[in-house]
Amino acid sequence: MIVAERKPFDEIKTMLAGCRKVFILGCDTCVSVCMAGGKKEVGLLASQLRMSFKKDGRDIQIDEDTVERQCNREYMELVLNKLQDYDLVVSMACGAGVQLLADLSEPRQILPAVNTRFIGMTPQDGTWEERCRACGDCVLGETGGICPVTVCAKGILNGPCGGTDHGKCEVDKEKDCAWTLIYRRLEKMGKLDNIRKAFPPRNHLVQCHPAKQVHEVYKGE
Amino acid sequence: MAVSFKDALRSGNFIVTAEVGPPKGIDITEMKAHISLLKDKVHGLNMTDNQSSVMRLSSLVGCHIIKEMGGVPILQMTGRDRNRMALQSDLLSASVLGIDTVLCLTGDHITLGDHKEAKPVHDLESLQILKAVRALESGKDLGGNALKGAPHFCAGAVVTPEADPIEPQLMKFEKKVRAGAEFFQTQAVYDLEAFKRFMDYAGKFDVKILAGIVLLTSARMATYMNQHVAGIYVPDNLVAEMAGAPKGGALQQGIEIAGRMIRKIKEEGIAHGVHIMAIGKETVVPDILQAAGL
Repeated sequence: MIVAERKPFDEIKTMLAGCRKVFILGCDTCVSVCMAGGKKEVGLLASQLRMSFKKDGRDIQIDEDTVERQCNREYMELVLNKLQDYDLVVSMACGAGVQLLADLSEPRQILPAVNTRFIGMTPQDGTWEERCRACGDCVLGETGGICPVTVCAKGILNGPCGGTDHGKCEVDKEKDCAWTLIYRRLEKMGKLDNIRKAFPPRNHLVQCHPAKQVHEVYKGE
Repeated sequence: MAVSFKDALRSGNFIVTAEVGPPKGIDITEMKAHISLLKDKVHGLNMTDNQSSVMRLSSLVGCHIIKEMGGVPILQMTGRDRNRMALQSDLLSASVLGIDTVLCLTGDHITLGDHKEAKPVHDLESLQILKAVRALESGKDLGGNALKGAPHFCAGAVVTPEADPIEPQLMKFEKKVRAGAEFFQTQAVYDLEAFKRFMDYAGKFDVKILAGIVLLTSARMATYMNQHVAGIYVPDNLVAEMAGAPKGGALQQGIEIAGRMIRKIKEEGIAHGVHIMAIGKETVVPDILQAAGL
């Protein structure tokens, strides 16, 4: 899933300077799961803003809604007509959702209320860890299901760097060294030969930005 | 004329290398003084590459100055700041300048240095830089394109003999050997018995191993390294020896310890040579060599 975190309140409030009618649109998929921009967080931000502006003696109308998936056109078409009369729409979706919203509601001003951070998983409630860089050339089959591109701070493919220290990373002693994890996992699997070979430099062409893919069935449409 | 580093390695002599750091800025007076002091006392002088992720004068220009001054430069190249295009381009440039020895490194992470917000590159890691060197020598770049004139290098790498866990470190060491590393400069070693065990393993390979000697300047520095520097373990007896140095005599004590270790490594044939890192105290390297009887 995509992991995001809400921008600081003051930053969001500053972006709304001069607006009279604001709509806050959340997304009930990834950013809802990571408690950054789902229905609850939309309600919370809207309340915070109303209270804060009221305290400042400013009259701003703030309305809210949350769509199932802000990065998907079908879901977005259900909500677009609600946005007609607003000066500005604050999106609490990931960067992809914000952009689809901007494309579909041009030329209305759209502002992001979250910072999109990474593709991650939830090892325990309330914690998210980055586990995929979307590099487009997956090596997990060879590295015991632990991604060196993501979990290693340097994303190196051929074993630990000189900064590895008792299984921890030179960047942050709280973080595990990916290559120690990979080594230990493959040792248990009896698959250490997987990493005895030299991995070539990564092919960044497969990740050439902005990436696009069209399903075979939809080609030619 | 200075003997090339490759020839020095082949000579069978005990090899000594030391390290010079380029300045932050364009005043190269001190760097030149260090080069001048050391160039005739060692077989090769490493020029660090934005060491500790701190932006400085480039290692390539530093090496050029060593060369101009009649020394033997060892070009440190990390993959942190340059992608494969820039690294290969710099390797070709080095060769044109007569710099023919290169040490291939992954590089410290950018967040450890003085430009923490910069983009870390890491397009190639140490092993892949070694392979890039060998590719260029074959007359082709990493894209498979033919070169107009191929360079030739003596290529080396690093290893941490006291890494914990050691197994993945040794696995990577073997990959570097297979990729054509001719010499290794190790992370600092202090426990020579532990280092001997590493050499029992590493000595089986057809590469030259230069033991890393980092000058201790105080007991506090030794303790700090034990706590904060990956792969460095200063045994308690050496920490105590530093702590027991008379007031104002810690540096001298460190010089004696370094000299004693080098002497033992040479006399007992523990390694093929040493790589002295007197971080910030380059002027005492001749004293270390004297203490070692070299």
